[in-house]
Parts: sequence; structure tokens; C-alpha cells
Amino acid sequence: MSNTESETQTETEASDSLITTDVETGSNGRSAPSNRTAVAARDLNVFYGDEQAIDDVTMEIPENRVTALIGPSGCGKSTFLRTINRMNDMIEVCRVEGDVEFGGKNVYDDDVDPVALRRKIGMVFQKPNPFPKSIRDNVAYGLKIQGFDGDVDERVEESLKGAALWDEVKDQLDSSGLDLSGGQQQRLCIARAIAPDPEVILMDEPTSALDPVAASKIEDLIDDLAEEYTVIIVTHNMQQAARISDRTAVFLTGGRLVEYDDTTKIFEDPEEQRVEDYITGKFG
Amino acid sequence: MTDSTESPDLQRRSGLTRLKEGTYGGFFAACAAITLLTTVAIIVTLLSDAVAFFSQVPITEFLTSTSWSPNPRGGGQTFGIVALVIGTLTVTITAAFVAIPVGTLTAIYLSEYATPNARSILKPLLEILAGIPTVVYGYFALVYITPALKATLFPEMSTFNALSASLMVGIMTIPMVSSISEDAMSAVPDDLRQAGYGLGATKFEVSTGIVVPASISGIASSYILAVSRAIGETMIVVVAMGAQARMPTVGETVLGIPFINPADVLLDSGMTITVAMVQIAGGDLTGGTLPYDAMFALGLTLFVVTLVMNVLSDIIAERYREEY
Repeated sequence: MSNTESETQTETEASDSLITTDVETGSNGRSAPSNRTAVAARDLNVFYGDEQAIDDVTMEIPENRVTALIGPSGCGKSTFLRTINRMNDMIEVCRVEGDVEFGGKNVYDDDVDPVALRRKIGMVFQKPNPFPKSIRDNVAYGLKIQGFDGDVDERVEESLKGAALWDEVKDQLDSSGLDLSGGQQQRLCIARAIAPDPEVILMDEPTSALDPVAASKIEDLIDDLAEEYTVIIVTHNMQQAARISDRTAVFLTGGRLVEYDDTTKIFEDPEEQRVEDYITGKFG
Repeated sequence: MTDSTESPDLQRRSGLTRLKEGTYGGFFAACAAITLLTTVAIIVTLLSDAVAFFSQVPITEFLTSTSWSPNPRGGGQTFGIVALVIGTLTVTITAAFVAIPVGTLTAIYLSEYATPNARSILKPLLEILAGIPTVVYGYFALVYITPALKATLFPEMSTFNALSASLMVGIMTIPMVSSISEDAMSAVPDDLRQAGYGLGATKFEVSTGIVVPASISGIASSYILAVSRAIGETMIVVVAMGAQARMPTVGETVLGIPFINPADVLLDSGMTITVAMVQIAGGDLTGGTLPYDAMFALGLTLFVVTLVMNVLSDIIAERYREEY
């Protein structure tokens, strides 16, 4: 079964059940939303040339929780994610106005080094992208460039355990990361992202290139990661957002943040009609 | 499928069409065969004349004698390749010291650092550098580089010298290294760079730690090609290095290797294998004479060396191929 099919199917299920039944939304056993804010956007506007990708977004993302960003294609959710660790800096025509606060500091201040920022905010991409290096070197890469002076092997093991990959690869740490299956590669990328011990992990549709079984392993993992990290995840899959996140932000066309609340609230009783239409599959 | 009653046209094509198809294929194959036949013909000629040479001059003398004097006039003929090998090695190694670092760094700049604008200007410029006839490089070395070096660093340098020629060969092969390496680096998927930046790598760390290792097989191939080119280079050397098969003074052995002062080799004239061949070919020689056959022995030596280099390059490319 191809991914597209599986996603469509999941979304159809979502439209049947989400509003009426109490699916496992939110909290996942974690206590009430944290009071502490990990990342906050204030009056954030992002432009690609003349086109506005993010339209005046203000939101606070809680620490040690999973926050999902959902919305139709082109709604700016990925742009928003990449604004947080300044990955958009590399796009020449991209312009950012407003603040993104991380640890109380606006990351767009002149004295912020994007390289230092990205060492605190890990990122996992849509397509698994391990380096053409050994599994060990993949995980150790972040440590190496950050001049980590502790026990690298120990940290590699911890990280692979943290990414639920250790048992599968512990006997082949020196073989190429590219020899792994797609799902394992993505978990390797997660291990690589958590190895330098960041505070926040950004995930840009991390399961969209994976088969349903591999995707479900990643989802379980995300749940565990929120114990230690703040996870911000962009997803196309609303069922996934409902399953794994504590808070959900719904972006609609034009880069506007339409509704942002506890996941349970968004999926069971959204304030906005447009949000309800979107999550019940009336458009999107 | 529609429910049309007419069956689709699945008729075999006419004999003429099939004949035409066959002719095209044959024509293309014939073109490919020209290359193959030329190669085979060259190898056969090289081998047969070289065999004739080695039946008169023992191969051990050819490989170990330090004196090269193929001209039958003016004393005894000697056919020792050592001085020529030293000349060729000097040019090749010195050129590699220029072309490899400059070419690689240029490639990194072009692939990773240059703005699209800068790249669109620099790449064609490098291609122009690759298109200059080598004889022009030779005169440039003789008329500008040598006087400049003489006036500044090495006043004792002779007019024809190995250093200028080697530097020029190095400069000539820069585009080869930079262009092939740049292609290899540009082919590295952007995903990998993103992953690096996402982990807080700097541009330098991404370029050297991710992009270069991922494209190392292409880069290594470019080195081997450039070195092969330097080994075979003739015109620059003929013009700028002089054509004296001069054996440098061999000093004490250091770690089992006879020590030759690099300054002695570089600042004075010398001769490479290719130049020795040109010199013989340029004289009035008829087939069947010993110097004529010696030319093929030299050619065979060069051929074997470059063949080994090419095989080596394939092995390296295979060995370090990092799939992404």
C-alpha cells in the first residue's frame, strides 16, 4: 500500500470518528499543559519575495509537550517550523518580521548566531536523510561539530536507545546508515537529532515517507521524546496529530493561524467552523 | 477500453521500415567500432615496435640506465629511461601540488559558497582556461613565469627549467580538477546539507564534513585524470623545460632512497618521456632504426602508466562510492 493511500484512508476514518468518539487525543498520560513556554512567536510575518507565507502569527508553545501544526498544503506550517531554527535564512528571498522567542530571547536579534541556535533546536525532516556514513558517525556527527568532550560511544548508545533503534543496530554500528530501512533511517535521524541534547525537536512531516508500521513506531517514539524534549511537529495526517499531540495549531491558507488549543478541544469542539470543516475533511 | 469493433493496428511494420531501423543500429555500432579499432591498432603498433626495440636493447638497461642519448651521431647510443622518468615525475608531482589543492578549493567554492551570479561568471572562465592551446601555456611559462621567478625567488634559475613548466601544467589541469569535483559535489543531495545545518553545522563544516566525503569518489577520479593529463603533457614541457635529458646529481641515500636535490631538478632544464618522443619524431628518422623503435618503447611505458592510473581511478571510485 502506498503512502498516499494509507493517508487518505486514515483521514477518511478521522472524519467518521473524530468528532463523536473520544479517540486518544492529547496528553497521553502527561500532566496538565506545562506553564512554561519553550518557543513563542509574536506578531510573526514571513515573506518569500512578495508572497506572504506567515500572516501575523502569535502563539506560545509549551515546554515538554508535543505541539502539532496542521493545515492544508501551502498554509505555511512548514515555513513556521523552519522559522523557529532559522533554516529559512538560507533562502535568499525569505524575509522575517516579528519575534520568535526561544528561552526568552528573540532568535532574530542581531546578536544571535543561527548555528548556535540550531545546536539547541534539533530537526527531523520529511524524507529520512542520514549521511552516507556509518550509523555511529551519523549519530556522533552533531557531537563532533559541537566539540563534545564526553564519552561519544556512550552518548551514541543512549541516543539510539532514545530513538528505539539500539536493539536493531547495536551489532552493526559501523555499517552505513543507508543500509537501513526507511523507518530505521528516520529513527536514525531522530537519534542524530537528540544526540547533542537539544531542548526542542522540530519535525517536518516525519512519517509521510514511511509505511504505516514504520510510521506508528515513530509516533510511539514521539510520545516518549516529549518526556524530555519539546516536540513541534508538522503533519498532514490529522489522525496522527490527534493521537500524538497535546496542543494543536491549525493553519489555513495564507499563513494564518486560525485556531490553537488543546488537541482534544480542537478535534472535539473547535471554535471555528472552518477548522471543523477542515478536520472533518470537508476541504483540505 | 472503449467498445469499438475495429481491432487496433498491430500489423508488423513493412520490411523497409525494419531495414531502416537495422541500418541505423549498424551505423551507430560502426561509429562505436572506430574508437575500439583505433585503440586496438595503437596497442598493437606500440607492442610490436616496442618488442623490436627490446630485442636490441635489454629491458633492464632501458629501465636502469641513467643516460638517454638516442642519436647515433656523436658517440655511443644509450637508451636509459631513468632521467626521463625523473623529468616526468617532477612535472607530474609539482603540477599535482598546484592543481589538486587549488582545483579542489575552487570546486568547493563553486559548489557550496558561490552565489549563482558568481558561479555563472566563473564556470565559463574556467572552461576558457581549459580551452587554451597548450603551446600558448608553454610560451606563457617561458616568457612570463620564468622571468618572474628569476627576478624574485630564484635568480640562479636557467631559462629552460622544470619549475615553470610544472607550474604551468598544474595551472592547466586546475579546470579538470575543479570542474569534475564540482559536478560531484553539486550532485550531493541538498537533504544532506539541510541535515547538517539542522544540527548546527557551519557552512565550512557542511562543505568539508558532509559534501566532500559524500563526493570523494568523483573528487578522487578528477585527481587521477589530472595526474594522467600531467604525465602525458608535451607542448608546455617542450617549450618551457628545454629538452636536455639531464641526470640530476644523486646524493647519499636517505631511508634507502637515493636523494636528489629538488632544486637541482626544478631550477634546471630537463626532459620528460613525452619530450623524448617528440624529439625522436621530429628528427629525420626512418622506420626500423633503433631510435624509431625506442619511441614506441617510451610510448608503451607511458601507456602502461596511464592505464594503471585509469584502473586505479576506477577502483577508487568503486571503493569509496557513497550512495546517497
